[in-house]
Amino acid sequence: MSEDRATVTIEVDGREIQAKAGDMLINVTDAAGIPIPRFCYHKKLSVAANCRMCLVEVENVPKPLPACATPVNDGMKVYTRSPKAIAAQKGTMEFLLINHPLDCPICDQGGECELQDVAMGYGGDVSRFVEAKRVVPNPDLGPLVSTDMTRCIHCTRCVRFGAEIAGIRELGATGRGEHMRIGTYVEHALNSELSGNIIDVCPVGALTSKPFRFRARAWELTQFDGIAPHDAVGANIHLHVQNGKVMRVVPKENEAINETWISDRDRFSYEGLYSSDRLMQPMLKDNGAWREVEWEEALEAAVNGLRAAMGSDSAQFGTLIAPTSTVEELYLAQKLTRGLGSGNIDHRLRQTDFRSLGDHPPFPWLNGAIADLEDVDAALVIGSHTRKEQPLLAHRLRKAALKGAYVALLNPFEVPLSHDAEQIAVSPASMVAELAAIAKAAGVKATGDLKKRIDGAKPDDRHKAIAQRLRDAGHGRILLGNLAAAHPDYVLLQALASELAQTVGAGLGYLPVAANSVGAAIAGAEAGRLPGWKRTDAAALDAGAMLEKGLRTYLIAGIDPELDCANPAGAVATLAGAECVVALTAYRTPTLEQVADVMLPMALFAETSGTYVNGEGTWQGARGVVAPVGKARPAWKILRVLGNLLGLEGFDYESADAVRSELEAECEGFEPAAGEIELGDAALMLQNDGLVRAGDVPIYAADTLVRRAGALQHTPDATTGFVSLNPTEAARAGLADAREVRVTQGENSVTLPLEIDPAVPDGCVRIPAGVPGSAGLGVPFGAVGLEKG
Amino acid sequence: MSSALQERDKDGLFSPEVREEIDAWIAKYPPEWKQSAVMAALRIVQDANGGWLTTELMNDVAAYLDMPPIAVYEVATFYSMYELKPVGRHKICVCTNVSCMINGSDKIVEHLEKRLGIRLGETTEDGKFTLKEVECLGACGGAPMFQIGKQYYENLTPEIVDSILDGLE
Ligand code: SF4
Ligand code: FES
Ligand code: FES
Repeated sequence: MSEDRATVTIEVDGREIQAKAGDMLINVTDAAGIPIPRFCYHKKLSVAANCRMCLVEVENVPKPLPACATPVNDGMKVYTRSPKAIAAQKGTMEFLLINHPLDCPICDQGGECELQDVAMGYGGDVSRFVEAKRVVPNPDLGPLVSTDMTRCIHCTRCVRFGAEIAGIRELGATGRGEHMRIGTYVEHALNSELSGNIIDVCPVGALTSKPFRFRARAWELTQFDGIAPHDAVGANIHLHVQNGKVMRVVPKENEAINETWISDRDRFSYEGLYSSDRLMQPMLKDNGAWREVEWEEALEAAVNGLRAAMGSDSAQFGTLIAPTSTVEELYLAQKLTRGLGSGNIDHRLRQTDFRSLGDHPPFPWLNGAIADLEDVDAALVIGSHTRKEQPLLAHRLRKAALKGAYVALLNPFEVPLSHDAEQIAVSPASMVAELAAIAKAAGVKATGDLKKRIDGAKPDDRHKAIAQRLRDAGHGRILLGNLAAAHPDYVLLQALASELAQTVGAGLGYLPVAANSVGAAIAGAEAGRLPGWKRTDAAALDAGAMLEKGLRTYLIAGIDPELDCANPAGAVATLAGAECVVALTAYRTPTLEQVADVMLPMALFAETSGTYVNGEGTWQGARGVVAPVGKARPAWKILRVLGNLLGLEGFDYESADAVRSELEAECEGFEPAAGEIELGDAALMLQNDGLVRAGDVPIYAADTLVRRAGALQHTPDATTGFVSLNPTEAARAGLADAREVRVTQGENSVTLPLEIDPAVPDGCVRIPAGVPGSAGLGVPFGAVGLEKG
Repeated sequence: MSSALQERDKDGLFSPEVREEIDAWIAKYPPEWKQSAVMAALRIVQDANGGWLTTELMNDVAAYLDMPPIAVYEVATFYSMYELKPVGRHKICVCTNVSCMINGSDKIVEHLEKRLGIRLGETTEDGKFTLKEVECLGACGGAPMFQIGKQYYENLTPEIVDSILDGLE
C-alpha cells in the first residue's frame, strides 16, 4: 500500500473525521474512538468479513455495509446507531447466537468475552430460535489450549492466526453450513510455539487456556504489568493474580516489542513458579546432611564460606549467574564478586569458545530495533533454531521473508521454518568452512587464521548466491544465534561474520541467548567487562575457565548446573570438588544438594522487582507482583545483605530502583558501538572426524523456570533428550533398527532414544543440551561415539 | 529453496496415470496457483480409489500441491461430491432441494430406501449401492431427479427408479 494516499473527509454519526482514502472504515472509527461491534475483524489479521457484526448504515447505499471491509471515500456519511444499523446489528447478534450454548456460567471466557459484551450492547433479550442447537465434539489440541466448540461462532480468527502469523496452518474450517466446524480434522496437538495466541484472538470461549481452566473468574483477578523472562524480546505481559498467586499470563500490547503476541513459553512458564521442587526455606549442609535453617544461620554460613575466599587468593573465588537474572541481580553479583577481590564472574554459561576478539569487539546485541527485523531485505542467520530460540524474532524475520526478503540460514541441522529460506545444514565441524566459503564468494580480504580459512574455502553456487543477495540488499543483516554462541569455534564464526558484514555492507547482530544476556553484559556480570561494558585488564576467568580450572569457592545464582552449563558433566564434577558452593536458587534439586553447601531460596520473576534489557537494548522494568513463595527472598536483597555482612562498601540500597540508578549512572555515555574484531591466533577447534554432536537447547529447556512449567513439558516441543541422525548415518553406524543408543563423549556416556531425522546432515548427530537425558555428557558440540543401547 | 511445507518425493505419490491427469490440471493455472487444481486432483484420486478418499490420499494431494493438509481437508469436507467413507459401486445422489421436494422427491427417497433396505447416507451390504441426499443439482426443470455416477436421471417416478436400478450391474 502506498503511503501517499489522499486524505479524505468522512462523517460518522455526524462527526467529521479525516482519513486516508482506502482505509477500512473500522480502522478509521477505531482510531476516532467510535465503537463498532465486531468478531471476525482483528487488526493483525486479514479481513474475512464473515461475521457481519460490524454492519453500519452508509448514506446512499441501500443495504448496511460491514465496516471491516468497506474502504472509506470522500464525503461518505456513516451511521453506526441509526435504526437501520441497529436492526442489522441486532439481527446479526440473534443469528450468531442461534447455535451458541449460552453457557456463560460455566464458561471460562465469562466476564471477558467479546460475545457476551457485544450481546449485552447490541443484542436482544429474547431469542426466537426454538429448534435444537447443534452439538460439536471438542478436538484435543494438546496441553495448552482447551476447546469447547459448541461456543464457536466461526469467525476464523484462529484459522487466520495460524495461517498468517504462526505460519503453520493447523486449524481449519471443515464441513459446510451447519456442519462446519473448526479443528485440525486429524486430531493432533498444536505444533506452533505461538499457539497460545489463539486463546486471545478467539472472541468467545471456544478456545481457552487449559492450565488456567476453571481456576478463577476474570473479575477475581488483578492485573499487573510484567516482562517475560525468557528470550531476547522481553515481551510485555500482563500477570493476572489472585490471592497472591500468578494465575495466568497474557500479552500486553507493545507494537515495538511484541506487537500483540507472546510465545507459549512466555505465556505458560508461570507454572514453574509453583513447581513442587521450589525451595521454601534456607538450607545448610552439615556433614553431608541437609537441614532447613533460618535465614540468619544460612547467611552466616554463606558469609563464612565467601569470606574465606577474600584476601590473597581471591582468584580462587568465582560467580556463575544465570543470564535470565535481573539487571539488578547481575550488577550486585559482579559488585560482590569484585568486592571480594575476584574478577571471576560470568553469565555466558553455555559458551565454550572465549578466545579473544581483540580490544573492541562489537557489542553482542541485535544491533537495531526488533521491529527493524521485518524490514531487512536479506538476512543470513548463523547457528540459530530461530523459531524455537526466539519465537517472536523469528516472527519478525518471517514477516520480512513474506515481504520478499531473502533469508538464509547456516545451521548444524535443517530447522523447520514457516517461510521460504535457503538453508545450509552441515556438520558443526563444517560450519566455519561454509561461512568462509560465503565470505570468499563475497570477496572478503582477511589476514592470519581467518585468511587461512577463507583461502581454503570452495564457494559453490549457494555460497555465491548468499553473498550476492547480501551485497545487493539495501538493508542486510547477519545474525549469530545460540548455536553459534555455543560453538567451539565461536570466535571464528564471529570474525568471519563480521568481515562478511563489512564487505557486503550488512549489519552484524546477535540473537542474545537469554532474556538478560544484553543486560548482563551491560551490568558487568561478564569476565573482563565492568558495568557499562567497560573493558578491564584485571585478571578474570570466564565461565568456561572457572569450571575447567576448579576454584575453591563458588557463588552460583539462578542455575541448574547440570542443565545450564555448557559442559554439564564437567560443571557438576568441578562444583562437587569445590570447598564451598553458595547457591542462590529457587529450586531444590538433587544436583544442588550434591554440589552446594548452602542453598538460599530466591524469588523468581513476578516475585521480584527488576529490569531486563532486551536484544534491541531497551531497558524494561517490572515490579514484583506476588510475594515470593515460602521464605524465598528477591535475589538482589540476598546479594545486598551478603555484601553488607561481608563488610563490602556500597551495599546499602533502599530498593531495586536504587541499584538500577547506580548502574545507569555507571553506564552514562555507553553506546553499543559497531566495534572491530581483531582475531589473534585462532586455530580451528572442531575437526571433522567421525560423528560430531550438535546440541541445541530445546525451547522448553532454556532456563530453570520453563523447565518446570508443567503444561509446556507435555507439548510436542518438550523432550528429556534424544539422539537424532539421518537414515544414512544411522545405517552407517549400524543403528538402522536401534531404538536406543549409547552415546559416548569423552569419558562420559549416556543412553538415549534414537530418532531418525533427515534434517540432520551427514557427519552430525543431534543431541539436545539442557535436558536431563544429556546432563551426563560434555559440551554441546564435539566428537561422540554411538553404539546400540 | 526449501519451503516450510513438508517436502515429499512427489514422484512416489500416486500412479503415473493419476499424476499425469493431475499435472494436466495444474498446467491450467499459473505456477504459483498450483493449489487451484485441488478440486480436480481430489476427484481424480477419488475415482482411482473406488470412489472415496482416505486421509492418507488427502495428505498425498496436499503434498503434491504444496498445501497444508488442513486446507485439503477443508475442500474435501465442504463439497458433497467427495466421499470420506467407502461407497457402493453405484452412488445414487437424490436431490431433495426445493424444486425436487415440491415435485415429490420424498416419495423417491422413500421408495429407494424401501427397495434397497438402507437409509440416506448408507451403503447396501453387498456394496452395490450408496444412497445420498444432495442439494440442487441444477436440473430443477426435470425435478424430481437423481444422479448416478456421471448420469442425471430426471422426472422420476418409483417405476422409473425401478427400471433404472434394474438396469445397473
Ligand atoms: S474457535 Fe474462536 S477464533 Fe476460532 S473460529 Fe471459533 S470463535 Fe473464531
Ligand atoms: S467484523 Fe466485520 S464482518 Fe466480522
Ligand atoms: S432442486 Fe433438485 S435439481 Fe434443483
